[in-house]
Amino acid sequence: MRYSWKWSAVLTDPYFDWIISGLELTLLLSLISWAIALVLGCLIGIARTAETKWIRSLAAAYVECFRNVPLLVIFFLWYFVAPEILPRNAGLWVKRDLPFPEFWTSVVALSTYTAAMVAEQVRAGIEAIPRGQANAALASGLTRWQVYRYILLPVGLRIAVPALGNEFINIFKNSSLALSIGLLELTSRTRQISEYTYQPLEMFITASAVYFVIAMLTTAIMMAIERRSRLPGMITRATR
Amino acid sequence: MVWRLALSAAFLATLAFAGPASADDLYGTLKKVNDSGKIVIGHNADSPPFSYIGANGKPEGYTIDLCHRVAEDVKKELKRPDLKIEYVSLTPVNRIPLLVNGTVDMVCATTTNNFTRQRQVDYLSTMYISGARIITRADTGIKSLADLKGRPVTVNQGSSNEQIMKALDEQQKLGIRFINTKDNPQAWASLESSRSDAHVTDEPTAYGLVVASKQPDKYLVVPGPRLSFDPFAIVVRRDDSAFRLVGNKALADLYRSGEIDKIYEKWLSTIGMSMDPETKTLFKVQALPE
Amino acid sequence: MSGFDLGVIIRSLPLLLEGMGVSLLLTVLAIAGGLSLGAVLAVLRLSRLRAVRTFAATYVVLFRSLPLLLLIFWFYFLIPLFLGHPIAGFDAALIAFVLFEAAFFCEIIRSGIQSVRQGQIMAGLATGLPYGAVMRAIVLPQAFRNMVPVLLLQCINLFKSTSLVYVVGVRDFLTAAEIVGTRDHQLTELYVFAALVYFTLCFGGARLVKRLERRYAL
Repeated sequence: MRYSWKWSAVLTDPYFDWIISGLELTLLLSLISWAIALVLGCLIGIARTAETKWIRSLAAAYVECFRNVPLLVIFFLWYFVAPEILPRNAGLWVKRDLPFPEFWTSVVALSTYTAAMVAEQVRAGIEAIPRGQANAALASGLTRWQVYRYILLPVGLRIAVPALGNEFINIFKNSSLALSIGLLELTSRTRQISEYTYQPLEMFITASAVYFVIAMLTTAIMMAIERRSRLPGMITRATR
Repeated sequence: MVWRLALSAAFLATLAFAGPASADDLYGTLKKVNDSGKIVIGHNADSPPFSYIGANGKPEGYTIDLCHRVAEDVKKELKRPDLKIEYVSLTPVNRIPLLVNGTVDMVCATTTNNFTRQRQVDYLSTMYISGARIITRADTGIKSLADLKGRPVTVNQGSSNEQIMKALDEQQKLGIRFINTKDNPQAWASLESSRSDAHVTDEPTAYGLVVASKQPDKYLVVPGPRLSFDPFAIVVRRDDSAFRLVGNKALADLYRSGEIDKIYEKWLSTIGMSMDPETKTLFKVQALPE
Repeated sequence: MSGFDLGVIIRSLPLLLEGMGVSLLLTVLAIAGGLSLGAVLAVLRLSRLRAVRTFAATYVVLFRSLPLLLLIFWFYFLIPLFLGHPIAGFDAALIAFVLFEAAFFCEIIRSGIQSVRQGQIMAGLATGLPYGAVMRAIVLPQAFRNMVPVLLLQCINLFKSTSLVYVVGVRDFLTAAEIVGTRDHQLTELYVFAALVYFTLCFGGARLVKRLERRYAL
C-alpha cells in the first residue's frame, strides 16, 4: 500500500503548537500527579507498617483496591462514576464548574493509582530494615514517631529509591491513558493531528521520540539521585 | 503470413480468455478480495440507524445494507459466490488509516465526502445528505448555535463535527467549553449526567440517539438550518476505479429501481425521519444509465 | 447510580463472557509470546559478546520507554503500511503486547539468574561440573524459584493492561461492558461492575501467587 511522507506536517501551523501543548499537558499531568502520589504513597506506605491494626488494614485495602483494577478503569471510575456517587450538587460542581475537569480528573486518577504503587515500595523499603534496628531505637527511649523520623524513613526511603524511580518513569507513560477521558495530551494530540492531516506515521514517530527522550531524561535524573542516596554496604539495585 | 495469422489468433484467444474474472487482470480491492476470499466491511459500533451493532451482536443499518448490496455485486463480478463477508469495528479516528492500510475494504459508516479526505481515499456515490446538528436536554433552553455561548459541549474526537464546531466557535467568538469524547455513548453519558449541555453530531445520529435514550422527551434536536453540509458516502481506497465501478453501479441500480426508497424507509423512519426533496433529487441524478 | 438492575448483567452474560474470553485469550497468548521472546532476550543480555548484549539492552530500554497505548496504535495503524497487508485488531494488539512485555519478562528473568550468587557458580565449577551442568543443576532451579512470583505478578499486570485494546476496537471485557452499559442505559453501573470483576480476578490471582511463594520459598 502507498504512503506519501510529509514530514513538514509536524512543523506546520497549528500542528506544531498542538504537539507542544500536548507535551505540556503530559509533563504537567505527570509531574503534579507524581508530587501527590509521592506524598500520599509515603503516608500509606508508613500506615502499612503501623502498629495499630485498623490503620494497617485500611492502608492495605487502599493499595489492593488500586493495584488490582486496570488504570483505564480507574480513569473511568473517577470520571464517570465518582460524580454520580457524590451528593447531587457536589457532583454537578465537579462536572460543570470545576475548571479543566479532564485534566484534574486525570490528576486524581493517576495520582491515586501511583500512590498505591509508591506505598508498596515504601513499605518494602521500611520492612527491609532489620527489625532489630527499630527495637534498639525504641529500647533506647526514642518515641515511635522519632523511630520513623530518624531511622525507618531515612533508611527505608533510600532503599526504595531505585524502585520509586521506575514508578516515576512509569507515570509519564501512564499519563497517555488520560486520552480515554478526552484530555488532549501528547498521544491524543498526535492521534488528533493524524486524523486532520492523514499523516499518522510522522505523528506517531514524533510522539515515540518524545516519550523516549522523556524516559531517558528521567532515567538520568533517577540514576543521579540513586548514586547520591545509595546506602553504603547495601546492594541497592533491587529487582523492579 | 501464416505465422502472422497464427499469432493474431493466439492474441485474440488470450483476449477472449482474459475476461474481467481472470485473476491476472484484477487489481486493487477486487484482486485482494479475490485472493483472500473475503470482503471486509468496516463499520461503526454506535451510529444507528446507519451502522451499529444490532441486538443480535451483528452490524446492521442503512449503510450496512448498501454495503451488502455492493458485496453481492462484487461476488457476481468475480463469479465468486463463496466470498465471505467479514466485519471490523471502527472509530472515527482509525477508519481512514485502516482503510488505507488494507484492514478493511469499505468503510460503511457515516463518513462525509470532502476534498481533504480525497487526498487519501475515494468515495462511492453519495448515499445521504447530512449536516451537523445540536442535541440538547430540554431543560437547557438552547435554541440555536448562539445559545451555546460559554457552555460545555461535547464533540467526538477526530470527527468532522469537531472541526466544524471549533471553526464556528472561533468565527463567532462563542467561547464554548469543548469536551472531547471518544464516541457517542461517552458523549451521551456526559449530556445525560449534565456534564455537558449539548452534543454536536451528524443529523441522523442526533435523531437516533434521542429515540434510543431512556427518556426521549427529555432531549431534543435543535431545529433550523444544519451547521454544515455533509454528503455521506461509502469510503473506498484511492486509485481503484475497477472496484469503484462495481460499487457505484450497484448503488445506481438501487437508486434507479426505487429500491432505495424501501431501504431508506426501513432504517430512517425508525428515528422519525422521512426522505426530503433534496435527497430524492440526489438519488435521481446519481442513477446513471447502464 | 439509582436503581441498579442486576438483570441487565444476567441478560448480557453471553456478551460479557465473550469479552472476558477475548481478554483471557489475549493474556495467555501474550504471556506465551512475551515469555519466549523475553527468555531469548535475557540470554542475549547475558551474552559474552558485547554487540549482542548492547542489542538486547537497547531493545529493552526502547520498549520500556514507550507507553503501551502508543505501541498498540503503532501496530494497529502503521505496521500494515509496511507489510502491505491487513492486520486484525486482535493480532495487532497481540504483537504490541508480546514485544512490550518481552522487555519486562527479559528483565525479570535476567535479574532472577543474576540473583544466584557468583560464589555458587564458582563452587560448582570447582567441584568439576561442566558449565552447562552448573547452570542446569545449580543456577536455573534457584533462579526459577526466585523469579516465578515476579513473573506471575507481571502476568496479572498484563491481564490488567489488556483493557487498553478498547482503543483499537477489540471487544475485550471492558469494551463489552461498555457496549452493554450504553445499550441498557447503565454505563456507570457497568463500569463499576467491570472494576469489581477485574478486582476479584487480579486480587485472587495475587493471593494465589503469595501462597505459592510461601510454599516454595527457599
